Amino acid sequence: MSTVILLLITGLGLGALYFLVASGLSLIYGLMGVLNFAHGSFLTLAAFLGWETARALGADSWVSLFAALGVGAVTGALFAAGTEFLLIRRLYERHIEQVLVTVGLALATVALFDGIWGTDPQFIRGPQWLAETTEILGARIPNNRFLLIAVAVLVLVGIVLFLRFTRFGLVIRAGVENRSMVTALGIDVRRAFTVVFAIGGAAAGIGGVLASHYFGYVSPQLGGSLLIFAFIVTVIGGLGSLPGAALASVVVAVLQQFANFYLAGTGDLMVVLLLAVVLLLRPSGLFGRRT
Amino acid sequence: MSAPIPGNPVLRVEGLAASIGHQPVIERIDLEVPAGRVTAILGRNGAGKTSTIKAILGLIPRSGVVELAGERIDGLLTHRIVRRGVGYVPEDREVFASLTVAENLRLAERDGAPGRELVVELFPDIVQRAGQRAGTLSGGQQQMVSLARALLNDNRILLVDEPTKGLAPKLVTEVAAALERAAQVVPILLVEQNLQVARRLAAQVVVIESGRTVHAGPADEFFADEERVERLLGVHSEGDPTSEANR
Repeated sequence: MSTVILLLITGLGLGALYFLVASGLSLIYGLMGVLNFAHGSFLTLAAFLGWETARALGADSWVSLFAALGVGAVTGALFAAGTEFLLIRRLYERHIEQVLVTVGLALATVALFDGIWGTDPQFIRGPQWLAETTEILGARIPNNRFLLIAVAVLVLVGIVLFLRFTRFGLVIRAGVENRSMVTALGIDVRRAFTVVFAIGGAAAGIGGVLASHYFGYVSPQLGGSLLIFAFIVTVIGGLGSLPGAALASVVVAVLQQFANFYLAGTGDLMVVLLLAVVLLLRPSGLFGRRT
Repeated sequence: MSAPIPGNPVLRVEGLAASIGHQPVIERIDLEVPAGRVTAILGRNGAGKTSTIKAILGLIPRSGVVELAGERIDGLLTHRIVRRGVGYVPEDREVFASLTVAENLRLAERDGAPGRELVVELFPDIVQRAGQRAGTLSGGQQQMVSLARALLNDNRILLVDEPTKGLAPKLVTEVAAALERAAQVVPILLVEQNLQVARRLAAQVVVIESGRTVHAGPADEFFADEERVERLLGVHSEGDPTSEANR
């Protein structure tokens, strides 16, 4: 029983991480039809700058952790908004060029991060409580999982409230459904594009800082490794669906944990099989719109 | 073409051409919409009526001159054209199905939405359904929402694309009445396949054939010439509802 609890809560923690990356990917695709392969770079830069911030303030304190999260969110938002404004905006409806530009940006930034911080992982420290465990029904759960879950829930609630109760949120929800009609109502939908990129980048930035605590290190490859699973989550949940991304994040991460433990480390294989099954049965994903 | 309409038009289009992909959809459209009237664009299926509306709005790539109240707008992006005072009611309504009626209307509001009273007067049923998702409304109710979105604002002109398409006869009458009332406050450029509706509403007609303007002039003169109506539209001027132009 304790093993099941441990795998479940660890899976939820990993799922929280996937959601923080996938939420932005899903919103960006849903509104703009852009598959953003540079999304992992937002995460990685935010993780590095968050780490540098925590180091400067003293890595053991809660203040430095929250400062790192703030810096990560701002870094992700600015990097993402800048990418949209400078590179993507000229390429709407040009999908091949979008892929080339975002893949190119991802490769270039990883090389840049290699140059600045080196190729080896930088091991990090945080508040002592994060390194400790809490016992639940006999299972000793690493405390950083609880932080991940709490922050992901806060981000999910924040994005939902933003989408439901703000003018920009209304424009984004309408734009996901019918972008050209939003324009035909006199709304400059490009501003919504930038805002969505910034929100997605901020979520990824927070995810980057938390990922460094989950894995215990930050490296130039951090974003790329998470991006693969975030894309799988986004497709399974349904491109453009925030609830879909949230549910699929949990399902994928929990499946991964259980398969790794009970089926001889086949977690990644099981996730790919799940993706195949979902695409066969529901090609638009669990919550995606049928086209 | 018939003689041009006297006076300063609200909308003037000259030599408008547009394509989708590499396929030309209109080749040369010339038309004028005078103030205070309904101008109907007529033509057979595939003639380029909807493409003309989309090209005026910049929703598809186009060339040619488009002037709104004497100012060129053909170089502007769609949202800027709309904000200059061009309301749009698209073919097939295009309401946001996942949003409520109130959210659909709120999204369309510009500058305090001075036309709210007209919307309440014309569409009380829609206002009562403010909390209902637009996707769950009937086709007629969705058309009301689509019209209401355009009427909320202080527009110089409305571009209304096939507002009675697919509606039951009773709803066709209601929509036509709403447009008649709306035309008292704003000029309308109307694409309409139902000739009975076009006859009832239009003061001017523009006929398009194969992407080109082939006739423009007063509606009563046009509809009185049955031979010309049949030649240009393939239908009698009474507007037989089973005829080609009504499908």
